[in-house]
Amino acid sequence: MTDDSIYDSLADEHGGDARWAFGTGFDDPLSGVDTAVPDGVDPGDVAAYSLMLADDALVMSQRLTEWCTNAPELEEEVALANIGLDLLGQARLLLARAGAADPSLPRRLAPDLPHEDALAYFRGPADYRNVTLVEVDNGDFARSAARLLVFSTWRLALLDRLTGSRDAVLAAVAAKGVKEVTYHRDYAARWVVRLGDGTTTSHERIAAGLEATWPHVAELFASSDIELRLAAAGIGVDLAELRGEFDDVMAQVLVPAGLPHPVIGSTVDNGGRSGRHTDALAALLEEMQGLARAHPEATW
Amino acid sequence: MVTTVGGARGGRAPGVADARAVAESVTDPELPMLTLADLGVLRSVDVSAEGAVTVTITPTYSGCPAMDAMRDDLRRGLSAAGYSTVDVRTVLQPAWSTDWITPAGRAKLAHHGIAPPGEAGRRAPGPVPLTLQPRARRVACPVCGSPDTEELSEFSATACKALRRCLGCREPFEHIKEI
Repeated sequence: MTDDSIYDSLADEHGGDARWAFGTGFDDPLSGVDTAVPDGVDPGDVAAYSLMLADDALVMSQRLTEWCTNAPELEEEVALANIGLDLLGQARLLLARAGAADPSLPRRLAPDLPHEDALAYFRGPADYRNVTLVEVDNGDFARSAARLLVFSTWRLALLDRLTGSRDAVLAAVAAKGVKEVTYHRDYAARWVVRLGDGTTTSHERIAAGLEATWPHVAELFASSDIELRLAAAGIGVDLAELRGEFDDVMAQVLVPAGLPHPVIGSTVDNGGRSGRHTDALAALLEEMQGLARAHPEATW
Repeated sequence: MVTTVGGARGGRAPGVADARAVAESVTDPELPMLTLADLGVLRSVDVSAEGAVTVTITPTYSGCPAMDAMRDDLRRGLSAAGYSTVDVRTVLQPAWSTDWITPAGRAKLAHHGIAPPGEAGRRAPGPVPLTLQPRARRVACPVCGSPDTEELSEFSATACKALRRCLGCREPFEHIKEI
């Protein structure tokens, strides 16, 4: 095999010189994996839950890719793109898991497309189930670092518990994700300390970045009914369980950063999990989905 | 399991040993000095009585785009070797670890200027520890051999690599980070 084989094989698969434009030509990431839903659990619940976890990763990934060509330094651009790629991979596996648990869901959206494409490209904002934390605009680098710290601290605590899921697919996706998100959280935490413990300007910027993030934090610990049902069934995780670890890790970062720990409300409307989003999500999806919707199954 | 099948070129029937040899020789498109066997992603190769090959691989990183190319290369390589039915399956558990890269694979990486990973090992029970300082790794420079190197970033040109610099010869180099 030569270094060119990746391009040769893509051309072989689609004949002539055609190249995939978006998802077309990718294999099912769960090909050959047993996707049977454990006994006694509603497959619709497993699909809906997989979508929640997928959407968190997919939307966060899309925001991170906006830093491509815009990051302050090449090393940071590469880091943010890599973190986005890991999360995109997690999203693909979870979207495929949702489609395998309830095939009627992708079939209704786009019957001829792979499940992951139908679910990613053909749902509108009201059908997305991500927490609102991941959809809000990037802001400056400090605000993005603050959001990434909050997100990866929360997701790592969640995935670590999900490794014990009775659903073998979710457990496996989580086990791999834990290894990846460990690096993401360290990256964000080091930046928050560096900015907080840096110059007056960097301190002000990261403090403002965290301030902008806090209104979306209470939602991270408010489980929807589906999450509560699946936590009780040994499939999912009750988000309320994550709060202690989240607070511990944030303190480990905020103290050396010289930043105050936030006061996070205890009562919250879990908007994102119910499909209630900010306007930012609609704009994000318009950009992410435009090509796929205008030219379904396009090759070039 | 060694099963002979008909229909191969050259009159010799390819068996599971042949299929395994072909599958093992497929390379990683992003680290072309490594075969799938070196990388530790090839989990099993089976040939049915009817001559259908089933290859099982495990992903390195969730988003690694090389996985699709590996599947394609496995299908093409095995088809070219005379197997008419090739099924490439994914297994997710246990999750791949850099500890599965073989000694031969590590030697090839170092020879090509990429520092091989240290031991990932197993995590202690309890929450995943936060690491605020760069991890204390002993990574020798693959160019001059100096042990005096520093990390520039835990992320690099592919998902699996970190970026380092040698304080001896001043050359930057990549390092397969432990996972």
